[in-house]
Amino acid sequence: MQEEGYSIIGKPIPRVDARLKVTGGAKFADDIEMPDMLWGAIKRSPYPHARILHIDTSKAEGLRGVRAVTTGKDFGGFKWGWSRETRDEEPLAVNKVRYLYEGVAAVAAIDEDIAEEACELIEVDYEPLPGVFDPFEAMKDGAPLVHEGRPGNICVEYHWNFGDVERAFSESYLVREDTFQTPRMAKGYLEPPAIVAYWPDSSHLTVHAAKGSPYFPYRILSSCFQLPLSHVRIVQPFIGCDFGGTKNDMVSGDFSAVMLAKKSGKPVKIVYTQYDELTTCLRRHPMWITIKTGVAKDGRLKAIQTKVISDGGAYTRMSPLSNYLTGICMGLPYVLPRFKTDICCYFTNNPSSAAMRGHGLYHTRFASDVQMDMLAQDLGIDPAEIRLKNAIKNPDPGKMYETFNKLTLATCGVEECIEKAAEAINWEGNRKRDRVKGSKAYGIGFGCGAYLSGTKLSGHNACAAMIRICEDGSVNLMTGATDVGQGSDTVMCAMAAEVLGVGLEDIDIKRVDTAHTPVDPGTYGSRVTVYAGEATINAARDAKRQLLEVAAREFGVKPEEIAIKDKKAFVEGHPEKSIPWARLVRMACYNTPGMVIIGRGQSSQGISTYGLADFSKGIGNIGTNYSFTAQAQEVEVDLETGVVKCTDNSVIAHDCGFPLNPPAVDTQVVGGAYHPGVGAALYCEFKMEKGLTLNPNLVDYKLPHAYEAPMTKVIHVITHDPFGPFGAKEASEGSTCTAAPAVINAIHDAAGIWIKDLPAKPEKVFWALKEKREKK
Amino acid sequence: MKGEPKEIRLTVNGRVYELKVRPKALLNDVLRKDLKLTGTKRGCLESVCGVCTVILDGKAVRSCSILAIQASGHEVTTIEGVAEGDKLHPIQEAFVNHGAIECGYCIPGRVMMAKALLDENPNPTREEVRLAMQGVLCADVGYVKQIEAVEIAAEKMRGGK
Repeated sequence: MQEEGYSIIGKPIPRVDARLKVTGGAKFADDIEMPDMLWGAIKRSPYPHARILHIDTSKAEGLRGVRAVTTGKDFGGFKWGWSRETRDEEPLAVNKVRYLYEGVAAVAAIDEDIAEEACELIEVDYEPLPGVFDPFEAMKDGAPLVHEGRPGNICVEYHWNFGDVERAFSESYLVREDTFQTPRMAKGYLEPPAIVAYWPDSSHLTVHAAKGSPYFPYRILSSCFQLPLSHVRIVQPFIGCDFGGTKNDMVSGDFSAVMLAKKSGKPVKIVYTQYDELTTCLRRHPMWITIKTGVAKDGRLKAIQTKVISDGGAYTRMSPLSNYLTGICMGLPYVLPRFKTDICCYFTNNPSSAAMRGHGLYHTRFASDVQMDMLAQDLGIDPAEIRLKNAIKNPDPGKMYETFNKLTLATCGVEECIEKAAEAINWEGNRKRDRVKGSKAYGIGFGCGAYLSGTKLSGHNACAAMIRICEDGSVNLMTGATDVGQGSDTVMCAMAAEVLGVGLEDIDIKRVDTAHTPVDPGTYGSRVTVYAGEATINAARDAKRQLLEVAAREFGVKPEEIAIKDKKAFVEGHPEKSIPWARLVRMACYNTPGMVIIGRGQSSQGISTYGLADFSKGIGNIGTNYSFTAQAQEVEVDLETGVVKCTDNSVIAHDCGFPLNPPAVDTQVVGGAYHPGVGAALYCEFKMEKGLTLNPNLVDYKLPHAYEAPMTKVIHVITHDPFGPFGAKEASEGSTCTAAPAVINAIHDAAGIWIKDLPAKPEKVFWALKEKREKK
Repeated sequence: MKGEPKEIRLTVNGRVYELKVRPKALLNDVLRKDLKLTGTKRGCLESVCGVCTVILDGKAVRSCSILAIQASGHEVTTIEGVAEGDKLHPIQEAFVNHGAIECGYCIPGRVMMAKALLDENPNPTREEVRLAMQGVLCADVGYVKQIEAVEIAAEKMRGGK
């Protein structure tokens, strides 16, 4: 299909849920209330590492208004985790707590105050244990063990070797080794976890919860409460963002609400405060990345070697994937012949680490793209030019590019992204200008990135959709995909409408209800548009095929000769004689023998085993296709105070294949990627002291506000990927990874200093400037 | 238990409510739990995120940081009171048409913040819009389209295009 021929796709599409959201009518989990509903609260541990000797709940049970109390023992030894091998966490800790404020008991009462008061009445005897709070302590001989039976506190490790890097280094014109650091970060969403759970009868469970991937709790609660999946109903409210991690996974409040509802026979609601969220929920891994790179005299990469050390926190959670992702995409977006890596993630007595937008790639892309500027400086090559020299070229149509570890790409727009970003920011002109104006210095930096879309993990990747055409011509669309704010509900409706030849307003998408919608892995790994999109297209085609047969009979031609466009069916080439959509549907449903029109579709990419990744060796495709980004950013450095600001002089050129809904891609790139990226570069990090989060609110954590968030420009680079729906690839997760290197490179361009540990807070910049002045 | 309930008289979206509330009850609790006006969100409960913003006697305030008894005798407008029936307010219309909404969690608070600004200052500079938007955090749309949407609404409210 040619893009010019589309009726809906590729044009600005109004969000299908915008009206509900702007009037306050959209119900989020915390907005749900049920008759007789109880409120739950969690009793949390005051120690980051301690043995639980005894829990006495009798006083809490005796408090007026309390309806149920639960402790970890009620779960009968159930443990859960991200994969079969990593089930190391209990719903509520039974014998030992491994991070501060880990849940040990929970109460349901007639109101929130009583539930909290009852938690205070629960008496827990602990034997405090020495803890470990960073991976360098955790790796020492004789360090306290977070999990007995896990020697050395090793959570997960990978060692991969692609080609002889030592030889490549010896043959390089220049070799550099630098160590970079990325901090512990919050996801930054404003809706903390919330759940309402109830049991319609003793063998059926219904849950309304703030979950980005509702089929996670579907499976985990089925297993925990020994219910057949057919009896577990997760109903999806609106979700106030996700960004990976916590809302994919379970929190102790989820298990507790379900258990308390079972014990009390009443609906139970548990809502976390932002304080609970920021002190106990999942955060981005802090990582220490040592990167050694060899280049030829002309700046071309010859080999990279990385050593990655990360803090996984108390439980395994998604650490195997997060750490895997730090190495798997090192062959993007530059041509890299050889690569070696050693990755090790350690358990500590900190809250667990997990996915966050730009999952895994974020850390090593930052290190590699800042070092790219260092190499450029050492070689005397322009930073844009060294990137263009190394950029993977867009493969010719029908051809594939293959990385050293067999990631395969049909499209790669990084070269065009760099060119367009450089042009838009007047790179050449700005290179020549004076950097310093009074006490301020100005500089521009580049950052490039790539990201996988349609993640292919081991296990279940598939995705399905159902289209039901009602007899009046209106359409229901059901997928297992969850819109957490990214706009997938809108783009799914648009794809269905485009294929069926009807209007956007004719499609009504249902949010996930596991009793009715098809099973789906969830909203992570930039997989929804690629997989649920293809499934939706296939379901719409299946439904349309059934209508084409009816129209073909009417016109006396073959079904493939019929077209449906703008709600009219006609013989291709003869639009003057047509059957209106509503009449065609009526004919199909009412004329003897009346039909029920249901279209079914599945994502073929989701179940394709072509090039599937071998996880232990780091070989094979982790994505269905790959997005690319180049960002150019100007900063202002205050030479007296060290305060750095991003100016509005900023551009992001982004290759998402084909933007299905361009304004939605813009908001994703700006708000979902660029502003958090600026936060990562300049402001955001959790400060910790012995397992305690010292800045657990979004002001002290310094999430960017409107003042810190520059007005940027987004440029779409179109590459039409053959593996994505209507040519699309993921939008904006890759551009989460470009702001940090662009800003750090810009600081160097402005003031000649390298900040290697994020974020570039004023004090770090101040001391680096002082050191530079004193060296002179 | 935690202080005897107090009687309050609250005008919300033009309707008068006579209620008995606990002294410690937040305005946010009373709006959401007693009046079932859940459009006003509950966020951080410590005046950080701004998603709970409502208008109290013409000023944007955070309903998590005001006691219900302090609001007694005053006039409160929530997101439910902004549109006229099916007709969206120009600010709401601008947010919808300009694509300034993603997850929507901050949107009720943000619309109230923008309304308080434009009711008092129909022709704000970009800096003034930015300053108002500073009061509500956003995690996904970014502030670019939101600032532009407020400017579009201001122009329309002044009788422009």
